[in-house]
Amino acid sequence: MNTTTLEQPRTGTWDGGNEPFKASYGKLMMWFFLLSDTFTFAAFLTTYGFIRHSHHAFTGSHDTFKFSVDYWPVPDKVFNAFPGLHGMDLPLAFVALMTMILILSSVTMVLAVEAGHRMDQKDVQKWLLWTILFGSCFIGSQVWEWTHFIHGTEAGMTLVDGTKIFGANLVQNQYGPPLFADLFFFITGFHGTHVLSGIVLLIIIFINTVNGTYQRRGHYEMVEKVGLYWHFVDLVWVFVFTFFYLV
Amino acid sequence: MANTNITADTDVHAAHAHHEHDEHHDEHWLFKYIFSQDHKMIAKQFLIMGIFWAFLGGALSSLFRIQLGWPEASFSWLEPILGQWVEGGKLNPEFFLALVTMHGTIMVFFVLTAGLSGTFSNFLIPLQIGARDMASGFMNMLSFWFFFLSSIIMFVSLFLQTGPAAAGWTIYPPLSALPQAMPGSGAGMTYWLVAMALFIISQLLGGVNYITTVINLRTRGMSMTKMPLTIWAFFLTAVLGLLSFPVLFAAALLLIFDRSFGTSFYLSDIYVAGQALPNTGGSPILFQHLFWFLGHPEVYIVILPAMGLVSEVLATNARKPIFGYRAMIGSIFGIAVLSLVVWAHHMFVSGMNPFLGSVFMFLTLIIAVPSAVKVFNWLATLWRGNIVFTTAMLYAIGFVSIFISGGLTGILLGNSAVDIQLHNTYFVVAHFHLVMGSAAFFGMFCGVYHWFPKMFGRMMDEKLGYVHFWLTFLGVYLVFIPMHYVGIAGFPRRYYSFTAFETFSQFADLNMFISAAAILAFLGQFIFLFNFIYSIYRGRRASMNPWHSNTLEWTTPVNPGHGNWPGEIPAVYRWPYDYSKPGAAEDFIPQNVPFSQTESSNLPNERDFE
Repeated sequence: MNTTTLEQPRTGTWDGGNEPFKASYGKLMMWFFLLSDTFTFAAFLTTYGFIRHSHHAFTGSHDTFKFSVDYWPVPDKVFNAFPGLHGMDLPLAFVALMTMILILSSVTMVLAVEAGHRMDQKDVQKWLLWTILFGSCFIGSQVWEWTHFIHGTEAGMTLVDGTKIFGANLVQNQYGPPLFADLFFFITGFHGTHVLSGIVLLIIIFINTVNGTYQRRGHYEMVEKVGLYWHFVDLVWVFVFTFFYLV
Repeated sequence: MANTNITADTDVHAAHAHHEHDEHHDEHWLFKYIFSQDHKMIAKQFLIMGIFWAFLGGALSSLFRIQLGWPEASFSWLEPILGQWVEGGKLNPEFFLALVTMHGTIMVFFVLTAGLSGTFSNFLIPLQIGARDMASGFMNMLSFWFFFLSSIIMFVSLFLQTGPAAAGWTIYPPLSALPQAMPGSGAGMTYWLVAMALFIISQLLGGVNYITTVINLRTRGMSMTKMPLTIWAFFLTAVLGLLSFPVLFAAALLLIFDRSFGTSFYLSDIYVAGQALPNTGGSPILFQHLFWFLGHPEVYIVILPAMGLVSEVLATNARKPIFGYRAMIGSIFGIAVLSLVVWAHHMFVSGMNPFLGSVFMFLTLIIAVPSAVKVFNWLATLWRGNIVFTTAMLYAIGFVSIFISGGLTGILLGNSAVDIQLHNTYFVVAHFHLVMGSAAFFGMFCGVYHWFPKMFGRMMDEKLGYVHFWLTFLGVYLVFIPMHYVGIAGFPRRYYSFTAFETFSQFADLNMFISAAAILAFLGQFIFLFNFIYSIYRGRRASMNPWHSNTLEWTTPVNPGHGNWPGEIPAVYRWPYDYSKPGAAEDFIPQNVPFSQTESSNLPNERDFE
């Protein structure tokens, strides 16, 4: 064999001296962080399943449902309010809107990343701004939903001893067993914290984009990395939504 | 330079361009020794913190061994140190629980996770795969400083008036969740949880770094199946930590809410001092599931790096290729996967569904297969080897011995029926102290003695090393073999004293014997401490490759600077285990020697590469 060529080490995909996934270390780190974060959320959602399973389910017909600590509430009956439409029964309408907003923010994020590939600074700015806007809308909606959940309905719930409680917090809950409220606050709160951190990251890269930092650097990989995180947070919401509102 | 032309990321360019200049000698000492981003310095920082914690953890165990061995003993002489924890010459029982808890926490997390992985993953990954440094030096530094912060908080908790956490290192609620349950569940528990949350952040920062470094920064020719087994072990350990630590984080966060914000995730139907608590609906079993989903992989996070170090040292000092290299990788992988699905064998008697118990029993017993593959491979590596008995080699052989002795009892404990008798007895304590505690310590010592020349440019003293080895080796067996008997006799762990039980009095001598052996073995460690510190300053100067080893770290200068290799990074042509190859000029061929230079020893299939 020709010695001069074989003097060189091998050069296959996994033979070292390259990036086998064609991804920089920063992007790989984001992927592995997300993998790890998946396990955090998986632990919380497993906790939700475990605790919900250990409570009774409501077995009566849908119309006769009343809030009670004896069984897990039906989500349609808990989340049926809409801002400005007082007293109307609109099951899951508001949360569906929130979800739509968040999914829209993912679309604009994709467009920002795509604009980054084209090195189009103006477009990156535009789409990042839309993403920040939609993300903030989502957080704002969550604030409203939490406020409503905390204040409760006018009817409230009458306890066995005749006292009435209104709304929910970490120790009492007018909609059902206290753990329903505990889990609601904890899991949507944990997700909300992720969204909030995402918005902070987006604002940082927006400022960098406006300053032309990435244009000078020659690539918009940072937008891609934050994009990965943002899509992950969206995906997690789909699961949270499914567990809390649909199942 | 190999690393610069493989990526479009200018961050990497900047970082590596920085490395190319070997001008770090005039660095400010603050950035060279304290806020260093050099993986070698960070590794030493982890090692020194680990040694500090190990001595503290060992001292705590000596304290409670005095209590267990000599229940009538007076502790008055310790009053200057322990203060109010000694009452009328007796150790406070609450403090006894705190001692046990902190011993476990310190040893498992701060010594054998941070001290072991933190030291050797940091030190060896870039050196052995041929990289200038970790993928992100800054995150690597952060990883150490989060660990340091966590260490401070855990250390401060020892001095709280109500004492440190005392609910066992597994911090099961409701004991750990209710501050009124015991003094240790007050502020001490809060400190524990905060310290552990920071610890987990440190682990994750370190973990993503180790993984991405191994994937992206291997030098030219270093394919995955040319990596030393150390790197495989560190790599999969990091993956394991990345998947399981977040679940402990989740469990701890829920516990924090139960403790401080009135939620009931783990609490239901509890009476404390006749008073009913308002919490309903939660489940303490839930905590156990979440905890052990980390807790079980954690023991493999502890033992896998030790296995990697031992494999490397055994092959080098037996002057033979490691037996079954690919089987070794396969078994590390098998252990890593299985370790994620066996957690409930810690909970056989917790009221879990017995059917579930048998599933977990089945999965648990399967782990014996890859473990046995590794053991037989180590033995076969030693078989007819030209063994060089360096101190590191003694520790490697000791590791194999202890891993076998401790592993055998694991097969007993894995059976859910046998566990009814043995659960929470000293049999369990003896089992895991041998198989993951002492064995991982042996792996760590093996690593320190072997890589000390690369870390500090000097050799450790062999004679002191031998004395240290034999004291430790005999000490470990003298402590833990009798402890199995105590366990079978039914002694439950974490009890302050057994004098109230007449049946147990016949084992009083045995307990005294165990305590004496434990304290002697602990005192023996000061020989290591002396040897370590003395050799840093006064040890014999090391040569470049004192053990005639094949791996890349021994191609660096005696005291490698930041960036590791002064010139170009060597390329890799062969696996790391070409020891005593027939026909070769010497009994080792380093990885960076091309086949064209070794025509006399090339095997038929390697002729193509000449």
